[in-house]
Amino acid sequence: MELIFDGLLKALTLIFSLDPEVMGISLLSLKISGLATLISLVLGVSGGTALALTRFPGRQIIISLVNTGMGVPPVVVGLFISILLWRSGPLGALGLLYTPAAMIIAQTVIATPIVMGISLSAIQNLNPRLRFQILALGATRVQMVWLLVREAKLPLLAAVMAGFGGVISEIGASIMVGGNIKGYSRVLTTATVMETSRGNFETAIALGIILLVLAFGVNAALTFIQQWEKR
Amino acid sequence: MKKQAMALVLLLASLLAFPVGGALAAEKNLILATTTSTQDSGLLDLLLPAFEKDTGYFVKTIAVGSGQAMAMGEKGEADVLLVHSPAAEKKFMEGEFGVDRKLVMHNDFVLVGPPSDPAKVSGAKLTAEALKKISESGSLFLSRSDKSGTHSKELALWKVAGIAPDGQKWYQQTGLGMGQTLSVASEKEGYTLADRGTFLSMKKNLSLAVLVEGESNLLNVYHVISVNPAKWPKVNAEGAKAFNDFMVSGGAQEMIKTFGAEKYGQPLFTPDAGKKVEELGK
Repeated sequence: MELIFDGLLKALTLIFSLDPEVMGISLLSLKISGLATLISLVLGVSGGTALALTRFPGRQIIISLVNTGMGVPPVVVGLFISILLWRSGPLGALGLLYTPAAMIIAQTVIATPIVMGISLSAIQNLNPRLRFQILALGATRVQMVWLLVREAKLPLLAAVMAGFGGVISEIGASIMVGGNIKGYSRVLTTATVMETSRGNFETAIALGIILLVLAFGVNAALTFIQQWEKR
Repeated sequence: MKKQAMALVLLLASLLAFPVGGALAAEKNLILATTTSTQDSGLLDLLLPAFEKDTGYFVKTIAVGSGQAMAMGEKGEADVLLVHSPAAEKKFMEGEFGVDRKLVMHNDFVLVGPPSDPAKVSGAKLTAEALKKISESGSLFLSRSDKSGTHSKELALWKVAGIAPDGQKWYQQTGLGMGQTLSVASEKEGYTLADRGTFLSMKKNLSLAVLVEGESNLLNVYHVISVNPAKWPKVNAEGAKAFNDFMVSGGAQEMIKTFGAEKYGQPLFTPDAGKKVEELGK
């Protein structure tokens, strides 16, 4: 109990003293996971919408793959991305392993199926007659897709939150492809693990609290946007 | 809707506005694969800034067990290693994966366990004797089992004791680093083998005591090894050489000599540059 209190105190001290290392780590967490979420948003929403609106052979298999992808363990993603990015691996020439860029790639791979799966069901859940109505009003196909995406914006924002929540709290893949390098690829989750193994439990708790606050802050902002019209 | 979309775009754009520091110029990067003990003790936090300032290299430290560090070296995924697993290092050198293996420093291993010492190992002259007592009394022993230097030392000690602990009920394998294994041992009231540095740096959170120490067999010797550029043309040979030289330089050795003295009452490592392994501990 005392430890948790100490951790809380330390978190507040670290936050309010604007400790440069902790600020750097937090900002990097936000950047990496934010960018990964953004990329997965583009890929996931467009892919999910396309899957929802088209019919082609093999579609069921792709949807099954996306649904499986929603639950793929991040460490497995980390392992495969590491193998791809090794100097001796197929993408080794890019020199990406142990960089923040590698972490963005891994997190994008983790988040994209989540965003895609939720987008797919969001668009499919719209009333099918809506499509015909929009088309009957003379909309082009692009306009129709745009209107459908707008109509499904609430569940789509939920997809963003699920994707972001999944990657900012992720540790296995991040530490494998990022390497937890001080001042460079150390993020909140990897730093928390390291401080725990160093026996610096107060600092670890402090970092954990900062992570929670960040995740809450971003989700609160998104929820605010999501619920804006519903007031 | 427009306002919300704008807000969302602004939020995301503000994230993008901080460019993520991508790959720095490749030749100024140096990948150091090392053991968790050098990172967890905080020694590298002291040494690396000095090295980076001197040479302009940016060191990417990957803290893993000695075994994994050498596996990275064998694949050319690291440029330079700082490890403490002499038997495995010899194999590594024989396979021509490394060049320039130099003695850097040592500390020692200690057998730690619950202060109540249920197996009555305290004061045993030989660690192998203590291990025998642990196995005979069936007291819990925690093994790292992660192919680290500590793990391979532990296995060698079991061999000396003539015991095959694998599969025994009292022998549990954590698969974790040193710090975490010490925490597990403390919580479960078990024995474990630890390097003194990590034990001292974590002592305040543990209910464990040093029970066996001082045997010459318990020396924990660290070497720096450059990965062989002839085998892996992609390794940063120049950077590895610079780091290799730095670790045995007077400045680094002086930092090692005093590191930890203030905080733990005794230095965590003894600098050994230029010495021979056989001379240590005498």
